[in-house]
Amino acid sequence: MRILFPVHAGRARIAFVLLLLLSAFCLAPSGDAATPPDAPAVILIQNATVMTVAHGTIEHGSILIKDGKIAEVGQTIKAPAGAQVIEASGQFVIPGIIDCHSHIAAEAINEGSVSVSSMVNMEEVLDPEDINIYRDLAGGVTSANILHGSANSIGGQTLVIKLRWGQPAAKLAFEGALPGIKFALGENPKRSNFSVPGQPRRYPATRMGVEETIRAAFSEARDYKKTWDDYRKRVAAGEKNLIAPRRDLKLEPLVEVLEGKRYVHSHCYREDEILMLLRLAKEFGFKVRTLQHVLEGYKVADELAAAGVGASTFSDWWAYKVEAYDAIPYNAALMTRRGVIVSINSDDAEEATHLNQEAAKSMKYGGLSHDEALKLVTLNPAMQLGIDKRVGSIEVGKDADLAIYNHDPLSAYAVVQKTLIDGRVYFDREKDIANRAEIEKEKKTLTDKLKKSEKKPEQKPEEKKPEQGPKPPAASPRPTAQAGARLGGAL
Amino acid sequence: MKKKKVTRFSSPLYFFNFLCLVCLFGAPAAGAQIQAPSVYAITHAKIFTLAGSPIADGTLVIRDGKIAAVGAAVEVPAGAQIIDAKGLEVYPGLFDAVTQMGLSEIGAVGATVDATEAGSYNPDVVAASAISPSSEHLAVTRASGITEVLAVPASGGFDFGGSRGTLGGQASAIHLAGWNVEEMLIKKSAALVLNWPQIQTQTFDFSTFSRKEKPYSEAKQEYDKQVNELTDWIDRARHYAQAMDKGSVSKYDRDLKLEALASVVRGQLPVLVFANRARDIRSAIEFCDKQKLKMILAGGAEAYKVKDLLRSKDIPVILRPVLSSPSDEDDPYDRELTEPAELAAAGVKFAIASFDNSFARRLGQNAANAVAHGLSYDEALRAVTIHPAQIFGLGSQIGTLEQGKIANILVTNGDPLELTTEVKYLFIKGQLTSTENRHHQLYKKYAERPKAPN
Repeated sequence: MRILFPVHAGRARIAFVLLLLLSAFCLAPSGDAATPPDAPAVILIQNATVMTVAHGTIEHGSILIKDGKIAEVGQTIKAPAGAQVIEASGQFVIPGIIDCHSHIAAEAINEGSVSVSSMVNMEEVLDPEDINIYRDLAGGVTSANILHGSANSIGGQTLVIKLRWGQPAAKLAFEGALPGIKFALGENPKRSNFSVPGQPRRYPATRMGVEETIRAAFSEARDYKKTWDDYRKRVAAGEKNLIAPRRDLKLEPLVEVLEGKRYVHSHCYREDEILMLLRLAKEFGFKVRTLQHVLEGYKVADELAAAGVGASTFSDWWAYKVEAYDAIPYNAALMTRRGVIVSINSDDAEEATHLNQEAAKSMKYGGLSHDEALKLVTLNPAMQLGIDKRVGSIEVGKDADLAIYNHDPLSAYAVVQKTLIDGRVYFDREKDIANRAEIEKEKKTLTDKLKKSEKKPEQKPEEKKPEQGPKPPAASPRPTAQAGARLGGAL
Repeated sequence: MKKKKVTRFSSPLYFFNFLCLVCLFGAPAAGAQIQAPSVYAITHAKIFTLAGSPIADGTLVIRDGKIAAVGAAVEVPAGAQIIDAKGLEVYPGLFDAVTQMGLSEIGAVGATVDATEAGSYNPDVVAASAISPSSEHLAVTRASGITEVLAVPASGGFDFGGSRGTLGGQASAIHLAGWNVEEMLIKKSAALVLNWPQIQTQTFDFSTFSRKEKPYSEAKQEYDKQVNELTDWIDRARHYAQAMDKGSVSKYDRDLKLEALASVVRGQLPVLVFANRARDIRSAIEFCDKQKLKMILAGGAEAYKVKDLLRSKDIPVILRPVLSSPSDEDDPYDRELTEPAELAAAGVKFAIASFDNSFARRLGQNAANAVAHGLSYDEALRAVTIHPAQIFGLGSQIGTLEQGKIANILVTNGDPLELTTEVKYLFIKGQLTSTENRHHQLYKKYAERPKAPN
């Protein structure tokens, strides 16, 4: 949630500008962004420990992939002629990790000027060259829910992507996945933690106001829907010369929510605001699909289970603000035990690279089983995003979205070796390492060229005017600790 | 010799019940220490002393807060409280070398944050003055096996305070338990924080809520100005120290800031220099070299680029978490993760730290991730125990399990760096210390919530 913390918002933008500067250097980041990998028609992953998540673990198991889909899973699969074989003895295969709360691959996060910003859409600012796509791939992530920030009670439209590094923005979207919209409750939309100098406080400034903001928006949306329904009814009845109602881009997505065509993903922390939203949803007859962060979800887990709402939370974040002071690492386990579908998300590009480890913590904190813990980052987020028919477990007919580790993935010692999406190897650790010397060389060639072009004989460097020539990169745009990065994404 | 076997502590479950009782009757919020006998014997444990090979079936005796004996053939003294640790493992407590522990409770709430003083030059402020012994962070953090930390002013974390200044104050090494800060102190003044100035060509303008660019030459001028200011402070401190040495300080007004800096220019107090970029690290090394200051590098995201210089100057590094994003877009994706292994291979001494409070309990996780990327397990364990102790001059007091050292000890059911390992017993200053905390209390409370009616 970037806008709430201006210092870090600044850093995020600075980082972005640096990114632009770097892209001007045309550096190919490791992983060869230019072209997506070829997809051999048939792949066999063999001799691996296959953690299907849905149907237990298969020792010395194999997975046969045909045309991007899982064709067979078992112990005695023979490689068909012409199949590419991935020997994975001693390795562990799990379904690709699904991050239910991400801000990667986005050029902007928050339209912070208004309290209802449902007219903006993350799909329009997708950045397929964001290096975090590749870095998260290297952490075994294959799909992510790209959310708007939490500056507004009702935020922007969201979408699910696959991390198809190298593909254009249009190819990132998870085909057929229902789009979503971000809501936010509590400190962020009421802007408790910062103010903009010289500007009056924006409504809402309390949790009361947050509720009214959402209620007002849905009242409008309901009226708007009625206007259109009436119009369509009259057209269908054969009335002529009718003037269509004026389109309202802010209300359209809310009508989709009312019609069940768009998921609500709501940022929230405190138990009271969680129940407030569930009551409000009932009042207007829509469903909240997931509660995001939901750090006090454990206090109202029965209510969440009864409402059939998913909970997507952090592993062990706490105390960064008041509404996170009752956050406990047992949250995921407590909610799971009460029948809530729970996922562990990242809200941060770096955190996403070790979601497997974050899931593992729920075994220690609350005693989830190995399978239950693994579900927190695979099948459960898939269910929450309505894509579980396609991904989330290793089953015949599902997309071949897989992550291969060198150890049990629920360990801090596990490292991703390969990540596949649609049966293509989008990340290969061996290849990544092998490519590094080449990339270093290319970088050196380019920086040498740049240095050369800077040395204009008639100018001494210190007299150079700022707008001439590329500037040296700024000092570290980031705070020393990880905290800053977290603030950038989180909260 | 007759051994007195006390069964009350003989199993973790009993211990847990005992803790529940303590909670029920109001565990002391402050240190949450349990007053207990001063002699303990941990028996039949696999002991990782970090001062020799592991002992497969060993005994460790704690007396009056210190390690009295450790080995395979150690006698259990009469009257000792016995902890049968069969199947368990014993390690030195972990040391988190950069935190804001006790200085910051809730990052977003200024009233709970005492981590960063106003102004750029505060060499006289000391972390120990503001450490809250009843901070919940202490209890939560020690439950993950961290027994001591450096509380570091102006070191970031969830600090919403903006600029951290140049000379941020003195860091204090503390135990994570105690009824008051005196009981917690290991070393009141362990290092002086120096946030190395940066050449900042980009800033954030709050009045327009937008990024502002600054020409490099202007940013460089500002940087030079800051370094000159810093140089001036050090010069004045040197003169002041000379005046002090000659006993003539009474002729001048006492200057608390220069007095604090005097121990730095005398080389008695190291400077903990926060810098990440190679350029900044090099400049800082050059500066400390010239001024003859004892330097410890903190952060060190690009320390690998200057590893030979660091080794030749014998400058130790407190590395930021390896679970951080690489600095540059074209860095290898595992740039941060492989850095510890690279520094170890180059012979640079380093510790790994959390640089945070809420995430202090990820210390072991960070060390394990470094192992996953090439660091030896032994080095990783040292990077969160004896190395930080040695770096701050505490190597003879803590960091390994050796006779005479302070008994900060973990008894676990396995590798203390692994995510799922549980701390079964925790000793701080030889006291059996509760691992109970707010998180666990809330867990129990809500696990027992009656099912809500539909």
